[in-house]
Amino acid sequence: MRYALVLNNPELGDVDVSQEAVEAMQVAFGEYVKALDDAGVLITGEILQASDTATTVTLRGGSLEVQDGPFADTKDKLAGVFVLDVPDLDAALAWAEKCPGATYGVLEVRPVGIHTIGGTWVPDA
Amino acid sequence: MDEHAERHDAEEAPSGADRLVAVVERDHARLLAVLAAETRDITAAEDALADAYERAVRGWPASGIPSNPQGWLLTVARNRLKDRYRSAAFRTSVPLNDETDAAPATAPVAATAIDDAPEPDEIPDKRLALLFVCAHPAIDPSVRTPLMLQTVLGLDARRIAVAFAVPEPTMTGRLVRAKRKIRAAGIPFAVPDRRAMPARLPPVLEAVYGAYAIEWRPIAGVIERGSLSAESLALADLLAELLPQEPEVLGLDALLHLSAARQGAALDALGQFVPLDEQDPERWDAALIARGEDLLLRASRFGVVGRFQLEAAIQSAHDARAHGIDVDPVALRRLHEVLVGMRPTLGARVALAATIADADGASAGLAALDAIGDVGMERFQPAWATRAHLLSALGRRDEADASYDRAISLTTDPVLRAHLERRRSRSES
Repeated sequence: MRYALVLNNPELGDVDVSQEAVEAMQVAFGEYVKALDDAGVLITGEILQASDTATTVTLRGGSLEVQDGPFADTKDKLAGVFVLDVPDLDAALAWAEKCPGATYGVLEVRPVGIHTIGGTWVPDA
Repeated sequence: MDEHAERHDAEEAPSGADRLVAVVERDHARLLAVLAAETRDITAAEDALADAYERAVRGWPASGIPSNPQGWLLTVARNRLKDRYRSAAFRTSVPLNDETDAAPATAPVAATAIDDAPEPDEIPDKRLALLFVCAHPAIDPSVRTPLMLQTVLGLDARRIAVAFAVPEPTMTGRLVRAKRKIRAAGIPFAVPDRRAMPARLPPVLEAVYGAYAIEWRPIAGVIERGSLSAESLALADLLAELLPQEPEVLGLDALLHLSAARQGAALDALGQFVPLDEQDPERWDAALIARGEDLLLRASRFGVVGRFQLEAAIQSAHDARAHGIDVDPVALRRLHEVLVGMRPTLGARVALAATIADADGASAGLAALDAIGDVGMERFQPAWATRAHLLSALGRRDEADASYDRAISLTTDPVLRAHLERRRSRSES
């Protein structure tokens, strides 16, 4: 079963973090995804650039609106997504609590409803 | 003064820096505890002591090592604290170098001050009070162990942050907040009296145990068992030295020695996990075992059983193999039963089920496991690993495989995961 581990955290520009701490975290993330991959549960891991690089697109209001900036301006920003294939929620939670991002951010763990394989939507079990 | 210095620079005499390192290693906690107890301000005491060390580094090579280095450092640090409280501006603005030639901070460097310094034996030992402050009920439990490691063992925040798998600024912030709380709330640097001791001692024991119980760095995805093992032993030894009449203090020290003795044997040459009952006793540390068993014996003479003594006794029962004796499964089961009666944690109950299996057979163990009936069992990896082993022993292969799969899915530690995968494939063949 697929789960998305959605990471939200304050961005580097908003908090005081040393370069050393950032590098240590990068090493930790490197080891984390290796552990996920070794266990055969990693589908993908994407860490996003800062929210000030975001652009929103919507037609919800009837016309095209393209705007600079993120969808929601919150203290914690969407920072990345890991998609895992594990047997159940408990296994997903076990991995989420080992994520380096959990030490400074919050992980939202959600089951994937439907995903794509080769251009077709495939419902998750 | 300079001519003097040349004599001290001679090869046979230790250099000022070497001597300072030796003093700091042995007496840092003692000095810090005394200074902090006088003001309840650990941060100020640390700063003052760091300043005294700095002065020693700069001064001792030239002026010679004082006859009483501990007293010298204490006097310099105390004067520094006095200056600090005399002038609030002094606190933030004056760089170290500017003070070198200025009174009054330089005064203690003079020979008279050195002669006035208290002898090492006269320096009161406030380390026990400091340990009780670190584990005071008003201090957040998660920061108690880090506080002890920093104040009593002098570990820097960076090392502690690595061990606790949090970013360094996070750990530094927690430590600073805890020290501010100690000062602001007026937590006394006092050893609890006989009446208060039963309530105040357990958190101190927990905090010392906490340094040992950091199993692995959760964020790293790699296992790092016992990263603070030496530090936890040092804390437990200190506590046993300062409170030799408390059986649980001795029990904790025994437990840490007996566990540390086997740390090197938990992984084989290939880096694969080796379960306790398959470990080669030759690879256990005989000296640590001997010391642990001696401590346990001393604890048992008080005739008051406690959690740490029981856990030490369980470890000690396993160590029978180090003496060429088979482990007694019935004795082990009995110890686990008493432990569960005292502390019915999920881990303890699952461990009891495993010992029931060893003593009375896999069916009895499985029945005990089923009887636990705790909602936490579904997510509890050791419960599934134990169930898988027992089902496998009973030849119920399909159920065993399902339990192994569940246990494996809950295991993020690659070494344990690989171990369970080997076990699973063994049960298939």
